[in-house]
Amino acid sequence: MTDTSPPFAPGDLEAEAARQDNRRRWLLSLPALIIIVCAATGPLLVMVVYSFLAPGDYGNVKWEFSTDGWVGIFLQRDIFDDTLMWADAHLSIFWRSLSLSLITTVTTLIFGVPTAWFIATQPPGRREFWLFLITVPFWTNLLVRTIAIQELLRAEGVFNNILISIGVIDTPIQLMFTNFAIAFGMTYVYLPLMVLPVYAAVDKLDFRLVEAAHDLYAGRWTAFRRVILPLIKPGIIAGSILVFIPSLGAYVTPRVLGGGKNLMFGNLIELQFGAGRNWPLGAALSLMLMAAVMVSLIWYVRVTSREQADD
Amino acid sequence: MKYLLSAASALALLATGAAAQELNIYNWGNYTNPKLIEKFEAETGIKVTVTDFDSNDTALAKVKAGGHGFDIVVPTHTYVPIWINEGLLLESRPDQMENFKNMDPAWVDVKWDPGRRYTVPWQWGTTGVVVNTKYYDGDINTSAIFLDPPEELAGKINVVPEMSDVMSLAILYHGGEPCTGDKDVLKKVRDTLVEAKKSWLGMDYGNIEKFAKEDLWAGVNWNGSSFRMRLQNDNIAYGYPREGYPVWMDVVAVLKDAQNVDEAKAFQNFIMEPENAALISEFARYANGIAGSEEFMPEDMKNAPEIVIPEELRSVGVFNETCPPDVQSIYTRIWTDLQK
Repeated sequence: MTDTSPPFAPGDLEAEAARQDNRRRWLLSLPALIIIVCAATGPLLVMVVYSFLAPGDYGNVKWEFSTDGWVGIFLQRDIFDDTLMWADAHLSIFWRSLSLSLITTVTTLIFGVPTAWFIATQPPGRREFWLFLITVPFWTNLLVRTIAIQELLRAEGVFNNILISIGVIDTPIQLMFTNFAIAFGMTYVYLPLMVLPVYAAVDKLDFRLVEAAHDLYAGRWTAFRRVILPLIKPGIIAGSILVFIPSLGAYVTPRVLGGGKNLMFGNLIELQFGAGRNWPLGAALSLMLMAAVMVSLIWYVRVTSREQADD
Repeated sequence: MKYLLSAASALALLATGAAAQELNIYNWGNYTNPKLIEKFEAETGIKVTVTDFDSNDTALAKVKAGGHGFDIVVPTHTYVPIWINEGLLLESRPDQMENFKNMDPAWVDVKWDPGRRYTVPWQWGTTGVVVNTKYYDGDINTSAIFLDPPEELAGKINVVPEMSDVMSLAILYHGGEPCTGDKDVLKKVRDTLVEAKKSWLGMDYGNIEKFAKEDLWAGVNWNGSSFRMRLQNDNIAYGYPREGYPVWMDVVAVLKDAQNVDEAKAFQNFIMEPENAALISEFARYANGIAGSEEFMPEDMKNAPEIVIPEELRSVGVFNETCPPDVQSIYTRIWTDLQK
């Protein structure tokens, strides 16, 4: 009896092809993987390691294991009577950043949605022009734009001069270095990030559906609430996430417009790496901020995937 | 500010690759006279790049992290022992340089660098209070201007966010010594600062414009910066708190990992020449510690109240010290409480 079976089973050939294919795919994605590991995961791991070390005397870290960085976020000993208590300074600073982010998100929504609606309902040729105008501020550095806002807000600035000349007030009101200044600056800086995704959603909106709603005796408000809003909701959520996340770590705008009197979370982190000389606490605080961002992203994924499941 | 810093340092890094003679200086912002740099470049043919920092801690953290590409740094004297102990400075021996003879003998045997083996004076000054006298005409030689502010000034006060200066002023106000670990004094200091902050408008650097345009009326400030404010607005006056005020000196040192050591030493020698030291002062408006430089200074500096300390207040100036780490950590906590 001779063996008549071919040297390779057809299945083997397929497996070999699949293996090669697989190898090629890995090889091709290698540059991307290297970038992800070196530029994202690697530094993050350094942060995690540093957050578990002891602070060096003049900055940097001592290579001793310590959980003080993490405990220090929430608990601290009173400077004067040594009782253990909540680190209310850190918590109130975190709350300030959180509420500022929420306010920024809401104000950009209030101004962003009508703007996006306006652009999307223009004749197609003109839309591009308006979109172009929305992106113009990105041509200038953030710091330059923020300092320019100071010129609007100062005692002899544009706002006060206009208000005085039309007779609303007699003496300049304090605008610079106030919470209003911070909210104003943040709204201005992040508004494009809200307008663009909402525009994309309104652009795709099928206006026949709105007409159908009117035909079925829906008033303007009902048509907006029951037909338009559900359809542009993904754009609104995406815009809110895009605004909320960077505002949470915002550093330059609150510092320049708020006068640096009250710390934001970003400034608190900076303090630990600078004058505070407590790098482990700074690393732990940064990771905390990342966790907060992750939570809002997970919430976003959940909400949108539920939407898709409903469809 | 961070964006500017990183962009500038990226440029500085790129610059080190070229072959021509170069020097990279890392100094405080708005502090280096362009005329001084031009003169140095013209005399030596060395191309100079100046990069700004906004606080001692920023400078220290950045240089410690490495890869900065700087040759010269200009820290405040309180930080010099840290820079030396951390092994960041080169012993460039200014005491053996040609122009060392010009250094005012009073500044040679200083505690932070005895005999001047590392550092050369850049400028020295005081931290006091600044007041716009149009809005307040009372006594300004007191820290009460910002720690227990008069009603006229409340809500228009800015305190520079320089932790060691502000803590020293507040501790001296309560009769303590700078760098004290005395809990009784520190408790009073914290309570006073927290209470006083309610009448502050800001805690920010770079305020010459804002004071000149009267967005700010009073605050903690440095003498030279106050001088520059007065040149733009006559109503501005500088006060030396009689409870005590910090005296400091910013110094020029060569970094241990400098790429251009000879050029850096040449610069140290260059600024000990009275004519050149005068250029430094002409721009930033502080005294400089080089004997004979007064001759070359602008006329309006010779009797300026910001430069010439009144006789009766001379003795209450205190040289800041480098605080030990445990005391420093208490100060950071008070500072965080203040800004929470």
